[in-house]
Amino acid sequence: MDNGLWLSLAFYLLAATILGSAFLVVLLRNIVHSVLWLAVCFVSLAGLYLTLDADFLAAIQVLIYAGAVCIMVVFGIMLIQRADMKQTNLFNKQTKAAAGVVALVLAVTGYLSAVTQWGNAKTPVPKETVGSLAELMLTKYVIPFEVAAILLLVALVGAIIIAKEVKG
Amino acid sequence: MLSEWVGVLLFLVGGLAVGAGGILTAFLIAPRRRQGSKYEPYECGMETIGPTWVQFKTSYFLYALLFVIFDVETIYLYPWAVKFQSLGLFAFIEMIIFIFILVVGLWYAWKEGALEWK
Amino acid sequence: MGENLFTGIAAWMRTALLDIGTPPLLSEFIVLLVKLLAVIIFVSLNVLWLVYMERKVCAYIQCRIGPNRVGPKGLLQTVADVLKLLGKEIIVPRRVDKIVYLAAPLLVFVPPMMAFAVIPWGNGMAPVEMNIGIFYVLAVASLSTLIFWMGGWSSYNKYSLVGGMRVVAQMVSYELPLVLALLGVVMLAGTLNINDIVNAQRQVWFVFAQPLAFLIYLTAGISEVNRVPFDLVEGESEIIAGPYTEYSGMAYAMYMLAEYANMMVVACMATIMFLGGWLAPFGWTFLPSWFWFFIKVYALIFLFMWIRWTYPRIRVDQLMGFGWKVLVPLSLANIFVTGVGMYVYRAIGW
Repeated sequence: MDNGLWLSLAFYLLAATILGSAFLVVLLRNIVHSVLWLAVCFVSLAGLYLTLDADFLAAIQVLIYAGAVCIMVVFGIMLIQRADMKQTNLFNKQTKAAAGVVALVLAVTGYLSAVTQWGNAKTPVPKETVGSLAELMLTKYVIPFEVAAILLLVALVGAIIIAKEVKG
Repeated sequence: MLSEWVGVLLFLVGGLAVGAGGILTAFLIAPRRRQGSKYEPYECGMETIGPTWVQFKTSYFLYALLFVIFDVETIYLYPWAVKFQSLGLFAFIEMIIFIFILVVGLWYAWKEGALEWK
Repeated sequence: MGENLFTGIAAWMRTALLDIGTPPLLSEFIVLLVKLLAVIIFVSLNVLWLVYMERKVCAYIQCRIGPNRVGPKGLLQTVADVLKLLGKEIIVPRRVDKIVYLAAPLLVFVPPMMAFAVIPWGNGMAPVEMNIGIFYVLAVASLSTLIFWMGGWSSYNKYSLVGGMRVVAQMVSYELPLVLALLGVVMLAGTLNINDIVNAQRQVWFVFAQPLAFLIYLTAGISEVNRVPFDLVEGESEIIAGPYTEYSGMAYAMYMLAEYANMMVVACMATIMFLGGWLAPFGWTFLPSWFWFFIKVYALIFLFMWIRWTYPRIRVDQLMGFGWKVLVPLSLANIFVTGVGMYVYRAIGW
């Protein structure tokens, strides 16, 4: 019963789920099924964070991505709904260009992860991650923190303006 | 000590088992007779007219978007609230500015009628 | 008396397992498994009882007697109902999206069950101890929205689809005030750990320090579990049964039982955050802590039932307006007032 063994088993299972569901998101013809697999992908990513002892991050991943972003995508789909759901997530002529871009990204990340010096963290994971996050956020990273608020505001205003255009 | 994720995983499986238990037992012991119009969608006894998966209006999407934005706000608020007593007045003022910026957004959405259900 | 009954059983099991030579990790795992089974049994029994209790409360409020034929005082009525539903065909209509249609009732018990993992049923009786307790419950509970929508969308029925869309719009609108209301308590307690929050209430329950947050939480909580006066999702006079319209037999029963389980989660959270969890009021420790927790949860559940059978349903535009224009600003104001109040409190130097 080695803990490390179980951890790597969990890692490979979660990684396989993430990759598999991500593939299904792209390949499935019915776009609603794609969204549901996207939710599976998000939740298993949260599982990956949990195995890294980043519990707050995992909860955020579930709350924001699976609980909110997926809902937004669902409503986006219902906005452009068509009767024949089986043909809503089709391949188009950009497949080849997209494959090229994906291959490039894969090559870059592969190269970077090959040249990076992977070492074990010197300090153990703090017992309480939330408090340390707050301290950093409100002292060292105050400006990015307030900029995030403005970014959210801009997103909100932009969305309302676009929605009004659609109506008008 | 077992870490948290074992417990979380176990309770996830437990929840699935409860659902699967009920439905699989029903599938095993319940009768199945294919007859009549039992398999038609239920719509007050009439045959369904037109496509079902219709288009919905934009106000739904606006609510979802507002929700995402304010949900992101709450994840900033929670760490701050945990450390509220030790971080001091400066952090409190920073957070008031943060909330104020988003309240401006809420006010704008209100003014533009994005909160109206039509 | 009986205070250490359940923690004692767990401790006894752990030592017994270690004594017969089980490795420590494995014995921890077995104890956890037993805890899971105990929670499943406890929750299922409670849910069955809650269905019966709802019918009885409703009956007495309406000057009727309610179920009284099956078993003493009709106690076995829901057991009989579930057994009957077990023998009913799960009808899968012709044009539904089969996989999603069947996956939804399968998954519907997962969010409440995962939330129960961190609920402290008594002093030291949380199955899983977690540093971010409440935040975890909020995160997990947010998943049920999508599951209800899955049921509504896949049914290929206009009522179901409208019901499903309403579920999402409503739950999303009331999740925000719910999350923001709990923030005031977190500010006072200074932690997300459920045990520490309960212990922070030894002097005074947070319901007295945060009365507004408590009211916002209760309102939003009732709306989150789609109960009257916020049950537009399944308003039977408008959209039959909302997302559950096409479901029959056990698939329908799963939805209904999960609804009561969700109600328990909301009541448990309110008890932990505002009513002092398992702490005994007035120092009345002659009853064990788990019994106090149970009493408080049931008092809240009775309140929910009372509200349900007293108030009429509100209109959909009123519902959304109330959430966004009243509850969200109020809960933001509550955070502000709490912050300022704590500074004033400290300045006076009480």
